[in-house]
Order: sequence, then C-alpha cells, then structure tokens
Amino acid sequence: MIGQRIPKLDAPDKATGRTVYGHDVRLPGMLHGRIKYSKHAHARVVRVDVSRALKLPGVKTIVTADDNPPTMFGYGKDNTPLKGQVVRSLRDEVAAVAAVDADTAEEALSLIEVEYEPLTAVFTPEEALKEGAPLIHAEHGSNYFTRYRYSHGTLEAGERESDVTVEADFELPYVAHAAMETSVVVAAFDHRGHLTLYSTTQIPFLLQRDLSEALGMEGSEIRIIQTAIGGAFGRGLDIYPFEPIAALLARKAGKPVRISFSRYEEFLAAPVRQPAKVHVRAGATREGMITFRDAYALLDIGAYVSWGSVTPLVMMETTASLYRIPHSRFAADCVYTNNPITGAVRGYGNPQSTFFVETMMDRLAVALDMDPVDFRVRNANRPNEETPQGLIITSCGLKECLEAVAARADTARQKDEGKTMKDRPHPSSFIPHPSKKRGIGFAATLNVGGGARIYRSDGCGATVKVDDFGHVSLVTGSTEIGQGSETVLAQIVAEVLGVNVEDVNVLNSDTDVKPWDVGVHASRTTFIAGNAAHIAALDARRQLFETAAEMLKTTPDDLIAKDGHVVAKVSGKSAELGKVARARHYREGGQVILGEGWYDPPTKLVDKDTYKGNISATYGFGAQMAEVEVDTDTGKVRVLRLVCANDVGRAINPMAVEGQIEGGAQMGLGYALTEEVIVEKGRVMNPDFLDYRLFTTADMPEIETVIIETDDPQGPFGAKGVGEMGGTPTAAAIANAIHDAVGVWMTTVPMTPERVLKALMEKENL
Amino acid sequence: MPKFHLSLTVNGEARELLIDPRRTLLDVLRDELDLRGAHRGCDSGDCGACTVLLDGKPITSCMILAADCDGSTVTTVEGITPAGGLHPVQKALVEKGGIQCGFCTPGMVMAAIGLLNENPNPTEHDVREGLAGNLCRCTGYKKIVEAVLSVEESKA
Ligand code: FES
Ligand code: FES
Repeated sequence: MIGQRIPKLDAPDKATGRTVYGHDVRLPGMLHGRIKYSKHAHARVVRVDVSRALKLPGVKTIVTADDNPPTMFGYGKDNTPLKGQVVRSLRDEVAAVAAVDADTAEEALSLIEVEYEPLTAVFTPEEALKEGAPLIHAEHGSNYFTRYRYSHGTLEAGERESDVTVEADFELPYVAHAAMETSVVVAAFDHRGHLTLYSTTQIPFLLQRDLSEALGMEGSEIRIIQTAIGGAFGRGLDIYPFEPIAALLARKAGKPVRISFSRYEEFLAAPVRQPAKVHVRAGATREGMITFRDAYALLDIGAYVSWGSVTPLVMMETTASLYRIPHSRFAADCVYTNNPITGAVRGYGNPQSTFFVETMMDRLAVALDMDPVDFRVRNANRPNEETPQGLIITSCGLKECLEAVAARADTARQKDEGKTMKDRPHPSSFIPHPSKKRGIGFAATLNVGGGARIYRSDGCGATVKVDDFGHVSLVTGSTEIGQGSETVLAQIVAEVLGVNVEDVNVLNSDTDVKPWDVGVHASRTTFIAGNAAHIAALDARRQLFETAAEMLKTTPDDLIAKDGHVVAKVSGKSAELGKVARARHYREGGQVILGEGWYDPPTKLVDKDTYKGNISATYGFGAQMAEVEVDTDTGKVRVLRLVCANDVGRAINPMAVEGQIEGGAQMGLGYALTEEVIVEKGRVMNPDFLDYRLFTTADMPEIETVIIETDDPQGPFGAKGVGEMGGTPTAAAIANAIHDAVGVWMTTVPMTPERVLKALMEKENL
Repeated sequence: MPKFHLSLTVNGEARELLIDPRRTLLDVLRDELDLRGAHRGCDSGDCGACTVLLDGKPITSCMILAADCDGSTVTTVEGITPAGGLHPVQKALVEKGGIQCGFCTPGMVMAAIGLLNENPNPTEHDVREGLAGNLCRCTGYKKIVEAVLSVEESKA
C-alpha cells in the first residue's frame, strides 16, 4: 500500500462531472449575492443610498456597513465585512445585494448610490512611510504593521572572513493563485439562527472562530461544510469579507445566499502574493565556504492585514538556514498601503526568498570561479544538525538532490560529447540561429516538511471506525484541496488495517463531524494528518486484535491484519474484520471499533523576539536544474527542460508526489517568466487569463522529477511534506541558467522578454 | 424580454426550452438542464473549463449564446460517461494521475475527446497544441498529456 502509485480515490467522480463544487451548491430558495466595491482607493464614504436598488423587482435584501456587527475581524483585527466610514482600497466592499438571480443582483449594484470624498492614497511602502503620509488605519498609529529583526552570529565577523562578497537589489511582484475555481460561498441559517457555511476554506476550524468575530456570533453556532475545492493554494487560509457578507445577507433575507466570484472579481478581490523589494548581501571564502548572508525586505501588505504579513518568517528561514550560514541577518518591514490585500500563496514567502538567496549563490560561485553545484554541496545542510536559527534538521537529502539534478545535466552535456550546453546543437527541426544562446542553471530549496507551528497548536485529529461489514471510515480533521490527501491518508490506514485502499472511506468536510485540525497549509497534511491517521488506525487495530485474540484463542501479539482479516501467525486461523467488529459489540458490555488519534508535532513557536526555534518537526529539501534558450534579439526565454529532485522522506504515493512537484513547477515557471498581477494606483490592470498568463500545455518544458527518499524518523512511514517545494526554486534556477547563457543577472520576476532585453542592453553599454 | 424557443439535442436527448436569449450555452447547461459537469472558470473563453462538444467539435460553451446553438447537438461530460464506468479518456486521466482538484477535468476530457475524434493518432506535440486552450493550475499538465497519449496507444 505504501509506495504504490494509487490513483486518487476522488478522481473518477471528478472525471465524470459528479463532484459537487461550491458553484454547484443549490439550496431551496437560494438567492444570489453580489458585492459593490469601492470606486476609490482611499476615500471617506459620505453616503450610501440603496433605496432605488431595493425597489428593483427580484431584489430581496441589501446590506451595508449599518449591518456590520460592532466587532472587527482578521489577522490584524482591522477589517469589517462592509466599509462605512472609509474605504482603503478598490476592493473594499461598500454594499451587497441578494436577489433572485445574479443578473438582478448585478443590476441592483448599479442602482446603489455612493458618495465619496477622496483622500490622498499611497501605493508604495516608500510613499506610505514618508513623513506626513496618510495613515491607512488611523487607530494603528503608523503604516508599519510589523517589523521583523533576526540575526545569528555577527555580520562583521562574516564580512571579515569573506574573500568575496556580492550584493544586489531585487524586486518581486504581485502574483495570483489563479485557482481554476473562483472564490465561492453559500450561507444558510436554520430555525435556531445557526449558520451553515458551504465553503472552500482551507481552515474550517479557524474560520468558525474568525466568523464568530466577524458576525458577532458564537463559534458553536457556526458549522462549516467544505465542498469539493477547485484549487486553493493558500487562498483559503484566512477569512475574507465575502464570507461574512454572504452570512449577513442570508440572515437579513431569511434565505440561503450564494456569492460566486467572477474571474474579474477574483483578480480584484482575492488575496495576492505581496510584492517585495529586497536588498541582499552575501560572502564566501576562497575555499568556497559561505561566510554570511544579509537581507532586508520591504513588503507591501495592502490595505488590511492578512497572512501576507507573516511571510517574512519563511523568507527568514531561507535566508538564515538554507545551507550552513555562520552569520546571518534578516530584517523585514510590512507596510500598509492602499493596494489589494495580500495573503498566503503556495510557498508562502519561499518562492521570493529562494529567488534571491539562490541567485546570490550563483553570483558567489561565479565570483569564486567555482562550479555552482560543487559550491552548494560544500555548504549543504546535513542530516542531524541544528541550524543557528534553531531548526533541527533530522533527515536531509539536500546533497543527494543537488547531485541528482547535476547528474542529469551532465547526461545532457555528455550526449554531445562533453560539449557544454552553450555549444550544443539545436534540435534538428530548428535552424540554429546566432541570436539564440543556451544555458543551464541550478537552485535548491528548503521548506518545512513536518508542519509549521504558527499557532499554539499544529495538531490534527482523526478517528478510524471499522463497521460490521469490515468497511473502514477515516474521519480526519484535514482538508482535501486536490493535492491527494484523501488517498494518501487512506493508504496509511489501509496499510495498518490490512485492507484495500478502496475499502477506506475518508470523511473530511464537516466541522460538526470531524475532529480539529489547524488547516491545510505549510505542506503539512501528509506529515501531520498522516501521523494522526496512523495513530488512529493503530488504535483501531489494537481493538480488533483484542477481540480477535479471544475469538482465535491466542494473544494479540500473535496477530496481524492482512487482506481484510485478522490472522493468527502461529495457527494460521483468521477472522474477517467485520466479524471481529460484530463480535465486539453483539455482546453484553460490548463496544464498537473506533480508533482515535491526535498528533501535534514536537515543535515550538519561534521566540517572539529572536525568531529562533524549531518551527517544524522535519524539513524538506529539493533542487532543480533548468536548461534555457535566450533569444538575444527579442529577450525571450524558453525553458527547454526542468529537472526537479525532492527529498520527500518517503513517497507514500509516488504518483501524487510527482503531481505536487509537476504542478508546483507550473507555478514556478509562471512566477519566473509570465505571471504578474499588474497593479497601478491600486487598480489591477490585467484581471483575466489573457493578460495574466499561466503556462499552458504548449508552453511547458519537458519536466523530469526525481524522488529522493531519506526515511524521516518522525514521518508517517518515513514521509515528509512536499506540497510547496515544486515551485520554490524554479525562478532562481531559470535566472541562473539565463546568466549561464548570456551573462546577465536578473533581479526581478517575471523575467519577461522586455526585462531580459533591457538587462542585455545594459550589459552591452558597460 | 421575449423568450427564445431553443431546440437542442443534448447527450442524445431532444430538449425544447424557453430561454432568456442572453444566456450562453454554459448557462443553459448548468442552470436549466442541471448538467454541472461543465465548469465556469472564467466566462470569457480563456480557461477551457466549460468545454463541450457542439456538433462533435470542442467549443468553450461560455462563449456561445445558447440561441446560436438552436438545432445543434451538444455533448457534455455527462453524455460521454458510460453508465457505471469511464470513457477511455476519463480512465486514462484517472489512472495516470492527471486529476488533482478536478475543476479543469471535465473540460479537459471533452477537449481531449474532440482532439482524438479529429486526430486519432496525435503526436505529443499535437496533444500539447490541442489542449493549450485548457488551463490547469494543479497538475503541470505532464500527466494529462501522458494520459491522452496513452489512449491513442491503447487503441492502436
Ligand atoms: S469558462 Fe469558458 S473558457 Fe473559461
Ligand atoms: S486539476 Fe485542478 S485545475 Fe486541473
């Protein structure tokens, strides 16, 4: 069961159109909600007049800030469902309509009159920090939201020990999740006034709490039912205003209300990856040992705080702990502006930090005239060591990952009798053109792989039931977002109980049923929920063995679970699981087979002043090698091949692991070359897939994935997380390959033809 | 607004409907005919999640007015799914791991069927070009392309 390429259990329903997504939910009497957004990036709201809109036939109710409960919600407690006094961004919600159909609701929006008094707006952190700049949240007293200051060792010593140092400035853009399913929510109240929310959230239990604040209700009055989720990638890690707005509409109308975002609205109002400007310095000795790394990041978190403001924790980890870094400093400032809200996007700060850290590694290697892979291997993290930041690294396949991708690069080279990439002939179908230059580049990555303690609990609960028919139900707190957790968890349970994967039903979508879990983030589900499911399955097996031992007249330690039976090793006698379950409860004082599991990893919240501490129970590592072709006439970069090696501890389902890496790579390629949400004066300028370019089948390079297994001591069957690593090193590997090809260092993504051409022209002028 | 009388053959069944003439084919499939396998990812022809076959050819159903399909034959993912089983393209996608969140999948299935109808022996390049209008944010497409190519192989 473990290590097998088992197709996802939910795939047949998805392939046939049977799966119910949020947009497919239709409740009796359900109304359609639409939101009216602000016209200004910063303004005082003088008047909101809904009287004309209310008269439109089919309009059932309208909510404005007057309907807000008196509480504030959100990570920084700076948000309300609707905005009444001040709007702080163009995605600010001023009113919402519920009507019999979406067209009527849309028409009603145009009949709502809002009078504004524009205020001075700020659209960059630099402007927001200027003397006399308007305060985005006056009650906060400053436009700084958080400031991170981390260091280990002493930078001066690092500088002294260095034979070479490099320094550069980076600029990183807004990026969208671009999940294929747009945001959607359905809110319904029952006769008790309790709310059921059909949601695509990644944090059902935290959302209960957050909604209770946003709605002024008790958490116990809120039930979250998660529909099938058409992609999430971090979008669902926080409460966003449309969720309480749907509830306010539903309560006021006395009918269920669905709010489905259009794609335009998704680009406008869903959270985005926060842009950052980063200054980095790094040094090394002549022998190729890193001496120090120093980075400062200025982040634009937008008009309200969400998880975008915590990404520096991850950037810090890459800066201070990817490779052995004797001296390091990391500082970051998160600043309010009148721009869109920023949130968590797959990789959570790591695509950004890996881009600057890993391109700086190549700059050092070039300065040292050293092979970039050799240089990395020399400095690689090793198993069983603690980094100065306090990360306790147990299993670690960084060196193996680097060697694996390098070996594949070498094969590519050897094919052409030892010529370097640059000299390789073009595929026969192309006539070699002197303007096309080829190069290869490498980059590595470090990511949490055993949860990430950012809340006091990083736990997950699970129960495993065996019924009268020998059928197994796993109820897990965790959430399926397409990544395949249902299947992987079913494999773990099936392995322990000796049944087929198809005999395990996974239930994971209802807060009234499932035990608590912190949410699906930080590549944590296989490790944390996997351990919880493992514990619960072992508990169920213990109960099975207890009863089966009586039935088979032996002791529990003589028993194994195999092929749907409990089998006695010595006598060879066996009993079918359903029979054991029946025997356990069809008796006086009987019991059901119900195993329980709770797993919270042995990790710590980082120290709030020093930011040190072991945030994850284990760490994942990876490396990528990109082969590119740069057209020096046009600046166009084509990726020919991408090799991805990842230390995943153990691949419980190699096909699912590959899927995570390949899908991550698609995002990484987009981050590197095409994806940028262009925001001008707070306005999203490219809110559709024509202008926000995702890689398509035709754009994708050949991708090879290599799975490195290091058998993690604490992972379920040795596994650790992999969900985010597929895309974190891609942009750096491509930037390094561009340098190899044409000798320019790219410091911003996406590396569009325009930007590459500009860099080439600047180089010519030097 | 006067209603439009629409005659369609959907998944082999003749349907007569009175519709708002502004409705797209996707609206009618999802909201009037309760066929929700076609998904709305963008409503502007850019993502392919709404792909169905119109007279045998794959189209993005969000981009065509239902009224313009009058008298046509429409096949959706529900229509190609055999009772209690899977179409070879569906089976290949399931087995090769070409499905994660699944939101793009029905559109991908219909685009692939349209492609194979037209070109039963596609090269990898043909598949990559043929599916380039269908976005997927989860899989990186590798397993999707492999799946479609394997259908061709198993038929040969
Ligand atoms: S919904 Fe039709 S192409 Fe996206
Ligand atoms: S499987 Fe999620 S969009 Fe394709």
